[in-house]
Amino acid sequence: MDCTLNGKNYAILRRRDLTPGGDGIVEFVVSAPLIARHARAGQFVIVRTDEHGERIPLTIAAYDPAEGTIHLIFQMVGHSTRRMGELRPGDSILDILGPLGTPIEVRRHAGPVVCIGGGVGIAPIWPKVRELFELGNEVITIIGARSKHLLILEEELRGISTVLHVTTDDGTYGRKGFVTDVLHEVLEARGEAIAEVIAVGPLPMMEAVVKEMAGKSFRDTYEPSLEYDPRRTPLIVSLNPIMVDGTGMCGGCRVNIWNPTRGEYEARFSCVDGPAFDGYAVDFAVLTRRNRQYIQQEKVVTEHGSGAGQERSA
Amino acid sequence: MDREQARREALRQKTKTPMPMQDPAVRIRNFSVVELGYTPELAFQESQRCIQCKDPRCVPYCPVEIDIRAMMDAVQAGDYETAYRIVTRSNLFPAISGRVCPQENQCEMVCVRGIKGEPVGIGYVEKFLADWAREHGVRPDADRPAWNGKRIAVVGSGPAGMSASADLARLGYKVTMYEALHRPGGVLIYGIPEFRLPKAIVDYEIGNLRELGVEIVLNTLVGRTITMDELIQQNDAIFIGTGAGLPYFMNIPGEQLSGVYSANEYLTRANLMEARAFPEVPTPIHMGKIVGVVGGGNVAMDAARVAKRLGAERVDVIYRRTKGEMPARVDEIHHAEEEGIEFLFLHAPVAIHGDENGWVREVEMIRMELGEPDDSGRRRPVVVPDSNFRREYDILIMAIGQGPNPLLAKLTPYLKTNKWGQLIVDPTTLALDGHAAPSAAAASPDIPILCAGGDIIGSQAGSGGTVIAAMGHGKIAARTIHELLADRPPKMTAPQESPAA
Repeated sequence: MDCTLNGKNYAILRRRDLTPGGDGIVEFVVSAPLIARHARAGQFVIVRTDEHGERIPLTIAAYDPAEGTIHLIFQMVGHSTRRMGELRPGDSILDILGPLGTPIEVRRHAGPVVCIGGGVGIAPIWPKVRELFELGNEVITIIGARSKHLLILEEELRGISTVLHVTTDDGTYGRKGFVTDVLHEVLEARGEAIAEVIAVGPLPMMEAVVKEMAGKSFRDTYEPSLEYDPRRTPLIVSLNPIMVDGTGMCGGCRVNIWNPTRGEYEARFSCVDGPAFDGYAVDFAVLTRRNRQYIQQEKVVTEHGSGAGQERSA
Repeated sequence: MDREQARREALRQKTKTPMPMQDPAVRIRNFSVVELGYTPELAFQESQRCIQCKDPRCVPYCPVEIDIRAMMDAVQAGDYETAYRIVTRSNLFPAISGRVCPQENQCEMVCVRGIKGEPVGIGYVEKFLADWAREHGVRPDADRPAWNGKRIAVVGSGPAGMSASADLARLGYKVTMYEALHRPGGVLIYGIPEFRLPKAIVDYEIGNLRELGVEIVLNTLVGRTITMDELIQQNDAIFIGTGAGLPYFMNIPGEQLSGVYSANEYLTRANLMEARAFPEVPTPIHMGKIVGVVGGGNVAMDAARVAKRLGAERVDVIYRRTKGEMPARVDEIHHAEEEGIEFLFLHAPVAIHGDENGWVREVEMIRMELGEPDDSGRRRPVVVPDSNFRREYDILIMAIGQGPNPLLAKLTPYLKTNKWGQLIVDPTTLALDGHAAPSAAAASPDIPILCAGGDIIGSQAGSGGTVIAAMGHGKIAARTIHELLADRPPKMTAPQESPAA
């Protein structure tokens, strides 16, 4: 088989529309045997759908080495993801590179593990919940969305979680409020026993989880350089910076991570050193700003009709 | 003009036949090639300047072993096809090397015509031959022996891997070249800009590699998509040419500000991702009105000249030594000057200051002066105390160098690295340390044969850091692999599915 003919390898076998609408969340099951065989929880791929297209990082939401498939879940938010959303079973994705990033360490813990997913960030926690549950852990899963119709993967997660909590911002489903509200109660009830917390979602959500875990209110600030404390319950977040190649070559995805030993921030490359990092050590302010670097271009390109500026993963 | 007359005139001609160039005022607004290339007449004229030394000094200085004298002899006879075949016998990629090779440090440095005047324009003639052949449909000889039953995996499709693949394919091996990106060519595609090395030319010469039967597997990050152990199982030997995929930053305050790029990112966006055509293509890049580029190598020149073409009003190259110490090719420095790039020699950034939105606004620099020579023989820049001042920029590009790509070694514990992160090789054979150094390989047929070249080994083999050095490494490693495999039976005799299938 001539692998130089891109696309032949990455056929879309199945498609599910997880949420309705033009900005809906779509799941593809894609044939990618080598990636399926080597993927681990916490890793991602970079896809390109057409010849002059952007490189889009996407979490590997699930993988099946036996079938040789991976699951990709994305929200149709920009031009490139919308174009990808036009693809149907039988179509192919032009390029998929992966699995990228350092897998998160999944092991049997003494106490419960809390997995938190927000919005399309529910997709990346899916493989983590599954692997933790399969190892016999007590897994407390908390997922949240803005509204009922935007909630994804509830059924999938229910079957592999010891307890599943659901929140919606507007109260249309589950509990009204934020994932951090549930986390707050779980911490009060089980605090000392909790072995680890894993949170993936929009940056403000992950930052709110860090504050909650650091014993702060939502409105407080948290500065890793001032308040880092290694004795806190381990907290892993998965970051979504802007990136190009995904192999550590461009440095665009560098994030400030506090190094308590050296007493300074270090620039770490999210694509190879991450995307999972110690949540307490992440400089969210800088990451939030850096992720807005191409806001203007996104507007230009949307008006121009060609593309979506810089896509970011969930 | 007949050959004798041309020759008499050329022997008196002390300077190179001028290269037709795109006017600087025009070219700073486009990405088309700067050096337009010799016409057949100009190449013929320049070739006559070669005096056909009995013992040519240029040939041993060619990392890819081109028989320059024979090449020049054929051009002097007007036989461009033969000349092209002479070149491509040892170097399958003359359109690339003719454009990016620092000839002034190699063949042309030792040319006897350079003693009184300028050396023969060997690079210009090489480039002409490659372009002439491409335009006339002349392909390199694709003759090769029947498959010898042995398979080679080449990791990385940049200059080192391309060169190793070409030589190994011509020796009868089945070669599969793995590339992480969506397009083959490595730095030739992501790094070197269109106006210096058109991508169509890279594609064409990679096409010649495919003609030799080399299979190229894209979107494959060895170590992640497929492991070294899997490659070792499926292949008789492996060549690693994973390049300089680690951009260095200065670790000064403000490098996390928006608008600070590594040169790798800036050039990858502009070249590989075609962001220069934004918004026709969706990958964006910040054009910048006032752009600073830190560094003095070819990458710095490339980044500065790309910034100019993207519409920057002012582009400064900030370099801590002086022009004489710049590692960039002389031609590229000259072209950058012509294009109005400004040079701040003996300056070094110490901090980057941002505006209220976290964007680059000013770079704080200090002045330097040259002190005693350092290990590299270049005079060491020394800080002038209390010389800090600030200069306005809205984009700052760090082009202070790249390190070897650390990923494969990190994921493959038995690949040994030195303190610079380079894979440790035998400097003569380029066999990996502990992995099939010649004696070890002879002793145990179980030890996998692993070689490496290009920027992943740095300067361990004497030369390094350039496209042509990497191509030279590929040739050396191909020879080593061939010698080491001579007494080994093929690993897998049964037909094998392509590993990516």
